[in-house]
Amino acid sequence: MTVREKLRQKISAGFYWHGLLCASYPVPIILFTAVCILTCCYPLLKLPLPGTGPVEFTTGVRDYMVPPQEPSGDPGERPDWYRGPPVAYIQQVLVKAAVSPWDNRLVPVDAFRSPLGRVFSLLDEIRNHVHSDSSGVRSLEALCLQVTDLLPGLRRMQALLPEHGCLLVSPGNYWQNQRELFDSDPDLLRTVQQYEPKGLHTSATLKDLLFGVHGKQTGVSLNSRNRVVTYTITMALRHYDVRFLGSLRSRLKQLHPSANCSLREEHMVHVHFKEEIGVAELIPLVTTYIILFAYIYFSTRKIDMVKSKWGLALAAVVTVLSSLLMSVGLCTLFGLTPTLNGGEIFPYLVVVIGLENVLVLTKSVVSTPVDLEVKLRIAQGLSNESWSIMKNMATELCIILIGYFTLVPAIQEFCLFAVVGLVSDFFLQMLFFTTVLSIDIRRMELADLNRRLPAEAGMPPAKPGPLRPRETPPPPRPSPHTITLQTPAFRNLRLPKRLRVVYFLARTRLAQRIIMAGTVIWIGILLYTDPAGLRTYLAAQVSEQSPLGGAGLPHLAVAPATPPPELDPMPPPIPQISWGPEDEEGWRRLSYRHWPSFFSYYNITLAKRYISILPVIPVTFHVTPREALETRHPQDTRHAPPLQTDPSPNALPHGAPVQTDLTLYKVAALGLAAGVLLVLLLFCLYRLLCPRNYGQNGVQHGRRRRGDLPCDDYGYSPPVSEISPLLLRGHNMDIECLASDGMLLASCCLAGQIRVWDAQTGDCLTVIPNHGRNQGKSSAVTDLETLGGAEGQDAGGAGYPVRRRAAPSRPTLFGDQPDLTALIDTSFGQQPPSQAPSASSGFDFGGLVERAYLEHEPSVSPVFSAPPPQPVQRRRSLGDQPMAPTDWDSAVWALELRGNLIAAGRSSGKLEVCLWDAVEGSLRCSNEDGVSGITALAFLNNRIVAARLNGSLDFFTVDINKPLGLLQYRGGPGRGSMPPSPCYSSDDVISCQLTRSVQCAHQKPITVLRAAAGRVVTGSQDHTVRVYRLEDSCCLFTLQGHSGGITAIYIDQTMVLASGGQDGAICLWDVLTGSRVSHVYGHRGDVTSLVCTTSCVISSGLDDLICIWDRSTGIKLYSIQQVLGCGASFGVISDSLLVTGGQGCVSFWDLNFGDLLQTVYLGASSEGQGVRQLVVLDNAAIVCDFGSELSLVYVPSVLEKLD
Amino acid sequence: MPRGNATASKALRPEAVPPRQGSYNAAIADQTANLAIRGLLLFLIGVFLALVLNLLQVQRNVTLFPPDGFASIFSSAWWVPPCCGTASAVIGLLYPCIDRLLGEPHKFKREWSSVMRCVAVFVGINHASAKVDFANNVQLSLTLAALSIGLWWTFDRSCSGLGLGFAIAFLATLTTQLLVYNGLFQYTSPDFLYVRSWLPCIFFAGVITMGSIGRQLAMYEYKVVQEKTHQD
Repeated sequence: MTVREKLRQKISAGFYWHGLLCASYPVPIILFTAVCILTCCYPLLKLPLPGTGPVEFTTGVRDYMVPPQEPSGDPGERPDWYRGPPVAYIQQVLVKAAVSPWDNRLVPVDAFRSPLGRVFSLLDEIRNHVHSDSSGVRSLEALCLQVTDLLPGLRRMQALLPEHGCLLVSPGNYWQNQRELFDSDPDLLRTVQQYEPKGLHTSATLKDLLFGVHGKQTGVSLNSRNRVVTYTITMALRHYDVRFLGSLRSRLKQLHPSANCSLREEHMVHVHFKEEIGVAELIPLVTTYIILFAYIYFSTRKIDMVKSKWGLALAAVVTVLSSLLMSVGLCTLFGLTPTLNGGEIFPYLVVVIGLENVLVLTKSVVSTPVDLEVKLRIAQGLSNESWSIMKNMATELCIILIGYFTLVPAIQEFCLFAVVGLVSDFFLQMLFFTTVLSIDIRRMELADLNRRLPAEAGMPPAKPGPLRPRETPPPPRPSPHTITLQTPAFRNLRLPKRLRVVYFLARTRLAQRIIMAGTVIWIGILLYTDPAGLRTYLAAQVSEQSPLGGAGLPHLAVAPATPPPELDPMPPPIPQISWGPEDEEGWRRLSYRHWPSFFSYYNITLAKRYISILPVIPVTFHVTPREALETRHPQDTRHAPPLQTDPSPNALPHGAPVQTDLTLYKVAALGLAAGVLLVLLLFCLYRLLCPRNYGQNGVQHGRRRRGDLPCDDYGYSPPVSEISPLLLRGHNMDIECLASDGMLLASCCLAGQIRVWDAQTGDCLTVIPNHGRNQGKSSAVTDLETLGGAEGQDAGGAGYPVRRRAAPSRPTLFGDQPDLTALIDTSFGQQPPSQAPSASSGFDFGGLVERAYLEHEPSVSPVFSAPPPQPVQRRRSLGDQPMAPTDWDSAVWALELRGNLIAAGRSSGKLEVCLWDAVEGSLRCSNEDGVSGITALAFLNNRIVAARLNGSLDFFTVDINKPLGLLQYRGGPGRGSMPPSPCYSSDDVISCQLTRSVQCAHQKPITVLRAAAGRVVTGSQDHTVRVYRLEDSCCLFTLQGHSGGITAIYIDQTMVLASGGQDGAICLWDVLTGSRVSHVYGHRGDVTSLVCTTSCVISSGLDDLICIWDRSTGIKLYSIQQVLGCGASFGVISDSLLVTGGQGCVSFWDLNFGDLLQTVYLGASSEGQGVRQLVVLDNAAIVCDFGSELSLVYVPSVLEKLD
Repeated sequence: MPRGNATASKALRPEAVPPRQGSYNAAIADQTANLAIRGLLLFLIGVFLALVLNLLQVQRNVTLFPPDGFASIFSSAWWVPPCCGTASAVIGLLYPCIDRLLGEPHKFKREWSSVMRCVAVFVGINHASAKVDFANNVQLSLTLAALSIGLWWTFDRSCSGLGLGFAIAFLATLTTQLLVYNGLFQYTSPDFLYVRSWLPCIFFAGVITMGSIGRQLAMYEYKVVQEKTHQD
């Protein structure tokens, strides 16, 4: 175990240094990595490109031997497929026939009718050829490839292709090899053409198959220029017999000599066909790729909280892909040639290598504390995940190693690739991706910085990132507050529609893209439809495409297909039959699917096999005009060809140039039209877009603003001066806590002085100097004011020394002696807070010190068992009497303000309800039934709920001899009624009755208590939330779901309940059913504060982040980084306006978009002071503590609307 | 049976809280609808995978790919893909249901990217069994078994998943063999041993994969249900 720990530490340290290195020198490292990738990929250049085209291998005819089945001897010369006998030997007899001399009496049909007719006699010749020598008698029947049935799908061709016999095809097959049928055929061309497929075709056509030469070479057409008919008789031979073939060749040559034939007949070409990829085979492949893309999509979707999500996703994919390429390259370098089909194993390799590490790295890095330096963040993130990364990698290597020992070659090869891929992937992750991540993080921090710069307060904020889904804003709810704050000019939704359209166009460059796409499409259509254009070219290419072609130049379709020798200006009346080198391997011009489809008709596959093509046998026929006339069919003359009237072929060469000229004009005209159209379009766009907003933006904006804000005297003045804070001075020490019921504001400073302010005017109504209540005020901080734990601790630390030191002199303090408060203040201020730990300091239940609290808990109860004797004294002091000296010993832990009643819960378990009036505060009643300290209070209507340290919950009723309607009356009307008519006069008797006490409401101390909508919600250290009904104090639900103590709860009138815990989780609950609606993890550390609006949930945590979540989906919309220590200070003014505290300022944010609207500085000299608490009052004013002062900030327009 | 269980266990949840009749009924209707959608989705996935993987197996034995390649998709008996679809729907619904009965929802790698990875590995196992030439059947079986167990370990790691996988693989193999012996169904390959050796492993891997998808879907549906009940 220790070894493991040591190893772990070593790895962690190593990764830490590596992270530092990467983040320090990003550019050199990226360059280095790029060089590495390129170097490793270099061997890939030598690999042949993947393709399914056939390969060929040429041998001499003379010393041909059937290659042995097993590879032998010289592997260098022979390809590895050249083994065993071929599927078939192809012997072609190439026939060129012409009517010569050409006669004016002849019609064009004559040019091919009688030459074609010669095929039958030639066929008989070949079929009947018998070679006999000493070894026996051989005929074609014995040697040829015997075929059986055609494939069932080819019934249509049954009459045309041979069945049950020799595979021997010729044009004669069109007429079932019967001369009579041929002679009686009235229209040869129609017979030939009727089997041709319509439109574009990719595979070999029947015409190609039977004629054996490319369709254009046959010369079987009415306007053939040289009137030479070319066709072949193709026979497939099973066995190669030199002597039989030799005798056949010499016999045919002898019978039909070719005068000027100079064909070299010494080479035999073996053509190897690769495995074809059919649709059926592609489907699984496509499926795996779809799964792969889905995997990549779902993986990269998890990248979050970075500057550029897409950039990082791209980097992740690049990492994986280049690691694959590197692995292939490295394997090639070391002599491991990949034999596997790369496309097939590729998805699996990606899946094996995976994107997980990359994501884990990103997550780990972005979750490091943001206030650290980028270098340190990267290093920490790396070292946090180092162990798991190494462990995963080791596991994967082990699995692959196991796979290697399966001893199946294919799997072994896969494993080898995977190992190299994994290692190179690790290399890239460590160097490439980490560096990219560091750059990204740095960019994000820069953006954050910019966003906070005051100079840019009005500028469009660098957005919290593209990670924020820009959702449609919720429909504006009719609310008393209409926000018409100064908005930056760039916010889309506030702009008029026209401008929004323009901005949209500008942002997406829609116009340019549409024009571009349109142009491309139009050009494409033009090219395709143009007669000289792509379609003909494509058709020509496809039909004669042949990778076998040695003459690699694809000839342009505009050029005539026939070779030029016939284009003599002086056309000879006698058609020349010429034999050129291009005839030698005429099959090369056929489609490369010619032979596979030929054989596939008989269910013979050529995939991974080869055929041997023997040199052709040239045969020449010269047909005399008389013969042609004799064989003419009566209907042939019906075709009155133009050719006959103008025998000179001069007309023909004219055709092409005329056509091309026309095409040229057409293209030019269309281009011109397109240009004009384009210019017009651009002009329109220019008129549409530009003049509207060139340079007029600001003016327009100002005008519009002024119109919208009639109350705003400043007009378009700089936004900073628009809202001026009102400073409430009076406290000597730093403000510790704030309490408000909307109209009134109670504050307490460290000195324990309580001041009550009018929230509207800022007048100080009452000063309650520091006597017994001061602790109560100070401790109210944590409960009431959504404050982070730091203050709570201070207060806790403060409570102890004050109590100890002041206790003896306590009695003299009675009677509002302000000078003593100062004394205590001073002594308190000098006290180092390190003395804090004591029994009573355990009450600081703010999230930060919850654990300390738990530790102190055992010691709490003995201390609090002491107070019980005191209540006797306490009761006597009811009324205006100040508190008894012993009471000084118990601090106030909770405070509620409602109307003019202040309820204070004390550490002794006493509940005090004190009344304040315009002059001073006075205690009106108290209740001391409980023995355990009150940690939280809720004051709703006439009920007070007190949560105690031992987990019990007490319900009190406040009874007054006056009607209780006063309390409701206090809520609404506002300040006007307050000073002249206090709700309770000092004559009223107020009694506080314990109506119900729920013992053991929680197993552990209750930390949060909230009441709204007739429900009381408590959150406790025991990880549960309980919901009680206020009327009968009956427990409705116990909500379980947190894995830590509850630190924040929000409930409002609409029964929305949210809770946050120490685990950083936020749960939304349905108060009606008690079910959990959603559950998100948002913060590292405690959730300190929670607020819900109709559409979102806003939370803050100890990590000083304010996160805004979509309430229905639980997706984080965006987050705002707060200044250190100001994390919990935020408030929601309305559904769309968020206020956050900062360093000496408060910032207003648009809640729907996360845009910074405005920053208000609280004072000129106060840069160092952070706003730690922030309370939003009913009248849309904001109160924030600001050193020893309070700042009252009005949101002016909101105020106007309310009034 | 699994459907009934799932409905029952889902319906039990709202009962624990004070009932609001309207939302309660709506919740039940919602859950049934969700269950149906989930089942349908799983069925479609199952059919699709069956077709594709069957194609892979067909390719092993057929060397010729006729131009009309689509015909070979349906080369096996017509009732095989629906059967696979039904089986996968049942399995995909059974897994989350059993998880719920055991009380512990499956938490290990519960995200779509992981599920996709699982599916990819499953297809890869099929691919390997179809395309890679093994020396003998024992080797093939061992390799596939190791791969299947590896799949379970990588993506599932739950005992219920393992048990259910074994049980269903056994049953399915038995059923297939019975069908073959009764002549209702024939393998394209005459090599019976070959077929028998890869079949259980493929079944097992398939069960794990479909279970993974089913669990992921169930999680998603559960969220939706929660939200809907909240909106009520």
